[in-house]
Amino acid sequence: MRLAVRKTYKLFIGGAFPRSESGRSFVVNDARGEFLAHAAHASRKDVRDAVVAARKAADGWAARTGYNRGQILYRIAEMLEGRRAQFVEELRAGGLAREAAEAEVDAAVDRWVWYAGWTDKIAAVAGGTNPVAGPFLNVSAPVPTGVVGVLAPRDAPLLGLVSVLAPVIATGSTAVVVADAPLPAVTFAEVLATSDLPGGVVNILTGVREELAPWLAGHMDVNAIDLAGASPELAADCERAAAGNLKRVLRPAEEDWTADPGTRRMTAVLETRTVWHPLGV
Amino acid sequence: MTFADGYAPAPESTSVVDLRADYGLFIDGAFTAAKETFETVNPATEEVLAEVALAGAEDVDRAVAAARTAFENVWGPMPGAERAKYLFRIARLIQERSRELAVLESLDNGKPIRETRDFDLPQVAAHFFYHAGWADKLEHAGYGTTPLGVAAQVIPWNFPLLMLAWKIAPALACGNTVVLKPAETTPLTALAFAEICRQAELPPGVVNIVTGAGETGRLLVEHPGVDKVAFTGSTAVGKSIARSVAGTSKRLGLELGGKGANIVFDDAPLDEAVEGIVNAIFFNQGHVCCAGSRLLAQESVAEELLARLRARMATLVVGDPLDKNTDVGAINSAAQLARIRELVDAGTAEGAEVWAPSCDLPERGFWFAPTVFTEVAASHRIAREEIFGPVLSVLTFRTPAEAVEKANNTPYGLSAGIWTEKGSRILAVADKLRAGVVWANTFNQFDPASPFGGFKESGHGREGGRQGLEAYLAQS
Repeated sequence: MRLAVRKTYKLFIGGAFPRSESGRSFVVNDARGEFLAHAAHASRKDVRDAVVAARKAADGWAARTGYNRGQILYRIAEMLEGRRAQFVEELRAGGLAREAAEAEVDAAVDRWVWYAGWTDKIAAVAGGTNPVAGPFLNVSAPVPTGVVGVLAPRDAPLLGLVSVLAPVIATGSTAVVVADAPLPAVTFAEVLATSDLPGGVVNILTGVREELAPWLAGHMDVNAIDLAGASPELAADCERAAAGNLKRVLRPAEEDWTADPGTRRMTAVLETRTVWHPLGV
Repeated sequence: MTFADGYAPAPESTSVVDLRADYGLFIDGAFTAAKETFETVNPATEEVLAEVALAGAEDVDRAVAAARTAFENVWGPMPGAERAKYLFRIARLIQERSRELAVLESLDNGKPIRETRDFDLPQVAAHFFYHAGWADKLEHAGYGTTPLGVAAQVIPWNFPLLMLAWKIAPALACGNTVVLKPAETTPLTALAFAEICRQAELPPGVVNIVTGAGETGRLLVEHPGVDKVAFTGSTAVGKSIARSVAGTSKRLGLELGGKGANIVFDDAPLDEAVEGIVNAIFFNQGHVCCAGSRLLAQESVAEELLARLRARMATLVVGDPLDKNTDVGAINSAAQLARIRELVDAGTAEGAEVWAPSCDLPERGFWFAPTVFTEVAASHRIAREEIFGPVLSVLTFRTPAEAVEKANNTPYGLSAGIWTEKGSRILAVADKLRAGVVWANTFNQFDPASPFGGFKESGHGREGGRQGLEAYLAQS
């Protein structure tokens, strides 16, 4: 008889897998209440460390060409597909039937492929030349907003996570994600870590969102926050905290994660910069 | 003898303006009195121009209710093509009354007639024309065609009628109705616009104008009956509005302050750059959120650039806003003048060197001479805080990387300028600037077809252009 080697679930910050600086962890049980693992219970300091990592990565990631970001995003889809069986098992442990778990993983892979194709197209859709009434070249281009805080949705632990994270990094921002379905989130971090994604572009914290979200929403070096996974009360608190530096806020809404996402989540984390220059010879 | 003495006065006549002794609120298509009133004064003379109604809670309730009824019964269901025709009518009426409106704006605001006549009014008309055309073409813009409902709009005193146009034209084009609060010190052109709405036979309640001060604005943006809040003004007030809409379903648009960097490289055509610097900071007395209030001069040309700038500043004509020769008019209010003086005193106290051309300022009214600070450090208040007056702070740099770093070293992110002959440098530097508008070899250009708005603490969203429509449509 062989004793199984269990996985230790940790945080994902700056491309590395640290434990919480607080030393805390919490028990993750399966849908039947059986012990599965301990996951890292992130602290306020972990949030700050993750924001520092995301900021450090922001300029370099924004400066990549859309083509290059698309290559990396597609690589993430490849690695996700390669771990299909593992994600199906983890989603089943969370209570999904096999068929539903398989459908969610497939949809997550396809969603990621969809966003991989957007990286070098969103600028053409969201920006362009403006026909101003004067002798000027006037061009508007979308620009990544910077560091984005993301509260991953509670439903659809993998597809929901992918649906809120992909638009952030596809458009050139970096992310600090709070996820409280820890197993798929940490395994997803392993996908990212093996996908040519520069360290710090995505940082994933597992823990209690009510505890972590207000620090993320109030952090003065975060530019936007997606409250997808927040309750109405938590969302209101976070939105008030976000006013401190006028973060862009995406409020939670009823979402069908299987539906066509459209461009809304991408434009929500893009600024528009307009450049004017006189025309003349 | 100053340069200005070379010109005979050329005052614009005020006979085109029919100023009333008092003005009511414009609610549901009619002017109505309020319990309280306040005075609006001419900042160039301190003379009272008119008594204006001060809207209280009941007035705001009535205005929001009128806007709701008009939205549900008339304006929301109306085909876009019909809404378009109303906006075209309004645009034409503005053109027909543009001289009157320009004079009225100069009287109430203190800005030079040259600017109201040649900049504000043409832009105001252009915004209504531009958005009129969108009203029946929204399905092509990519943000859906569903209006939000009632928009609460609070605008500042620096471009009273232009900010009204920036707010009302897109809101109406997208099928929303509005309650607009003009600034306390500059309500008169908004009330003239209310008359234009009547002349255009705009259905009652589509546009409502409630005059008052900060409390009226607060009542309006916090009113549970509004679906959208649009505010242009200070970053501090913007933050408090962002807090007040938290947890509601209200959509929010904010156009806030700035501390724009105007970067002059050593290969820039210096005389053109000097014109650009003057336009960037002395246009509208510096009461411009996107003003180029920080000049970043490359060290190798800083001395020569400043010498030419001082020579040019000595030719600026400061005085009567209604004189067609005037370049720099009156400061809008005593409170704003005090704010400018406080920051200028702080600049001197912190060790920066102040210079202003000698000019005779009128005895009455609120005046501040064009001023430039050198020896400014990035930590000085005059380099960090928005002064919102004709005061320029000069810093220097050696390399493009240093220029970018200094330009971005601010919580704001509204505008920036770049002056250089080198095209590749323009594009590379513009790409690194965290600013919503970058003017290269020009400054303070505006057009309704071009989106405008800020990064970071300069606000949320864009106004103008296709992107500006997003603020007034419910994306499906």
